[in-house]
Amino acid sequence: MSLIDLANPTRFLALTARVLPWLAATTVILLTIGLYQSAYAPDDYQQGATVKIMFIHVPNAWLSMFVWGVMSIASLGTLVWRHPLADVAAKAAAPIGAAFTFLALLTGSLWGRPMWGTYWEWDARLTSVLILFLMYLGLMALWRAVDDPARAARAAAVLTLVGAINLPIIKFSVDWWNTLHQPASVMRVGGSTLDKSFLIPLLVMAIAFTLLFVTLHLAAMRNEILRRRVRSLQMMQASQKAA
Amino acid sequence: MTMSLGPYASFIVTSYAAAALVVVILIGWVMLDYRSQTQRLRELEERGITRRSGRNATELR
Amino acid sequence: MTALSALIRRDIRIALRVGGGALIGVLFFLTVVVLMPFAVGPDLALLSRLGPAILWLGALLASLLTLDRLFMADHEDGSLDLITMSRTPLELACAAKALAHWLAAGLPLIVATPVLGLLLNLDMVATVAVALTLLAGTPALTFTGMIGAALAVTLHRGGLLMAVLVLPLSIPVLIFGVAASQAVIVGPMTFGAPFSILCALSLISLVIGPFAAAASLRHGLD
Repeated sequence: MSLIDLANPTRFLALTARVLPWLAATTVILLTIGLYQSAYAPDDYQQGATVKIMFIHVPNAWLSMFVWGVMSIASLGTLVWRHPLADVAAKAAAPIGAAFTFLALLTGSLWGRPMWGTYWEWDARLTSVLILFLMYLGLMALWRAVDDPARAARAAAVLTLVGAINLPIIKFSVDWWNTLHQPASVMRVGGSTLDKSFLIPLLVMAIAFTLLFVTLHLAAMRNEILRRRVRSLQMMQASQKAA
Repeated sequence: MTMSLGPYASFIVTSYAAAALVVVILIGWVMLDYRSQTQRLRELEERGITRRSGRNATELR
Repeated sequence: MTALSALIRRDIRIALRVGGGALIGVLFFLTVVVLMPFAVGPDLALLSRLGPAILWLGALLASLLTLDRLFMADHEDGSLDLITMSRTPLELACAAKALAHWLAAGLPLIVATPVLGLLLNLDMVATVAVALTLLAGTPALTFTGMIGAALAVTLHRGGLLMAVLVLPLSIPVLIFGVAASQAVIVGPMTFGAPFSILCALSLISLVIGPFAAAASLRHGLD
């Protein structure tokens, strides 16, 4: 089944109905394994048990960027290839991405309290994720501001792609700004020196959360297709009444 | 199943609970949305509004 | 080429005549800067420390607010359709319009900066530094803001939505603009590094802005 076949929404719905239960089941199994492993992961010698927040923070932070990547590809699909499902995919991904970004911020600040002594530090990573969160909210506001989905789709696609080009620039600027304003006393966590006993649960959790996103995304796309059918049927009803 | 979470147990528990809550809200939103959309499609079809293709809007195959 | 210069001349003339919004931007800039001492107190030492940040924020908001009408007025009187259909590439036409807007609304802000610098207790060198960073940075603000203006005209929505969409994109310009001016006033960094990055940001937006605006106009107008 190729991308062209998926352009037919009915075929896409059929595929979703077949795939979704399996995806959901795999997600549940992997999440259980990941949670079990992270519960029994050893304490970090520096951070103690708070390192457990990492297993939930890092997957969400990864998804916050991954979802924007998915939306960017979908936006290319809208603008370049005119794929009929591309804007459905972009629209369905935005709230889910915003939710994961919110979780990354929240767990990051809960992790920061024991580590830095404050809930919010204008740390480079937290700040960039905050800006990313603002951009998700802006994108959602754009989707909500216009009632014609096709018109909103193209505008949202342009904005998503501009955002994708801008995100590395913003990340770089915030890093630079942060080193300018902050003494390098902020504890750096993560990096390549992660021990295997942390790395494996982290990877399992990251894969589990990614699968969770794929599941939710497919389900939300299905809802969006149905919503558009409702819309077109309501318009037909209105025109039948008028005639 | 006793784990010692150290002095910052509340932060760890809160972050896991918040993640669980947000994920549950997402799942609930997706499922309720699906239910309401299929419901509205069914109502529209009962009123005799059909798609141009003549096929059932909620039918999947 | 003549078409583009005609477009630039026309836009500048419209912006500067009665009913055009270019000079209101300067007035807004002045008002925002005058508001600041009422918020932070008339402490001259504090004001001179915050000076570059205040001037940059004022210029950012002023250029954003004037951008709202960049395409809207042309859309209302129908000339935007002519521009879209003309043989001149839409990207170049967008760039020309943004350039005209910068000349009419951006340059006056930079000219006003020395006066406002006096109010904020900035010395000569600091004022020149801020004016120089504004000169290098405001094109970036205009060209990224143009994307928002193009989205606003295709969505028939302007104002707040546009500001919410565009402001996060202008964070890098703000960071490096303020950093370069601060470097002159308090050190310890050199002025050159952030200023070159600011110029680079302007050049990048010079490329991205017209393409994104043209894409959204081309797909959005029907």
